[in-house]
Amino acid sequence: MAAEADMMEASGPAIDPMYQFTLKPLFGEGPIHWYTPTNATLWMGIAVLAIIGLLVFGTRRRAIVPSHTQSVAELAYGFVYQMVRDVAGKEGVKYFPYIMTLFIFIIFTNFLGLIPMSFSVTSQIAVTAVLAVLVFVSVTLLGFYLHGVKFLGLFWVSQAPLALRPVLAIIEIISYFVRPVSHSIRLAGNVMAGHAVIEVFASFAASALIAPIAMVGIVAMFGMDVLVAFIQAYVFTILTCVYLKDALHPSH
Amino acid sequence: MEGSIVEMGKLIGAGIATIGMGGAAIGVGTIVGNFLSGALRNPAAAASQTAMLFIGIAFAEAFGIFSFLVALLLMFAL
Repeated sequence: MAAEADMMEASGPAIDPMYQFTLKPLFGEGPIHWYTPTNATLWMGIAVLAIIGLLVFGTRRRAIVPSHTQSVAELAYGFVYQMVRDVAGKEGVKYFPYIMTLFIFIIFTNFLGLIPMSFSVTSQIAVTAVLAVLVFVSVTLLGFYLHGVKFLGLFWVSQAPLALRPVLAIIEIISYFVRPVSHSIRLAGNVMAGHAVIEVFASFAASALIAPIAMVGIVAMFGMDVLVAFIQAYVFTILTCVYLKDALHPSH
Repeated sequence: MEGSIVEMGKLIGAGIATIGMGGAAIGVGTIVGNFLSGALRNPAAAASQTAMLFIGIAFAEAFGIFSFLVALLLMFAL
């Protein structure tokens, strides 16, 4: 690590764009164990508190004419509910609470990560990998629980010609097991890339000649990051719905 | 001029790996362009297909993100 840091200082830009993603312990220095509270823990806690503030206190009064907070909470609920019903079907609505939890957590951590000097939790592959692997494992177990051995029909494309089916089965199995990888890296990669690009533009701003262009670039990239923060939460949720639909109706 | 030839190879490799993002850009552009041309022919059906649009974008984009990941691995992990 020390040699790497020296190399960055010698040849790289003055601002290291990946520095913002380093985990730091909240209290003092020292090695990070699994129980050490870090800045990621802090911002996850803030996200959970914000979610509680929106969903519990926002809908406490249950007014017929909703307040601003209540209408935002209702909007989020209705948005995810409709998504689950449209993509996963009527049977998928039973699993709506889990999908709603995923969506709300990801969108809150994404947007809290956009606050300057904050830490974006979803840029850590460890966090998104846990979310994606939980989805993968629970969806696979659900498929076997609901359909038994018939769930393997997901890999056996019955419309294809018989000679082609083993080849297709191999491709289907590979694409099934790549799912958690792409599911987690898509979210972490997008968030990380967006934040790193802002930082790269910020390092250009050190030179007075191109500083105005760099500042316009920062603003433009920030606008795109706001879009990405929403779209990636949406994409993560909708892919969860697609995988859920596969588990509910495995036959091709 | 300092640093080893391995460092040079890492940086060049990371740069080459980002070419993959161009492929993802082409893919996303094709998907959105085709969606738009379809949506303008039949605007009534467009709203029901936006979910498919985003799923398609997500799949196309995943491979661009993989190339970004390879670049990151070359730069920082290997």
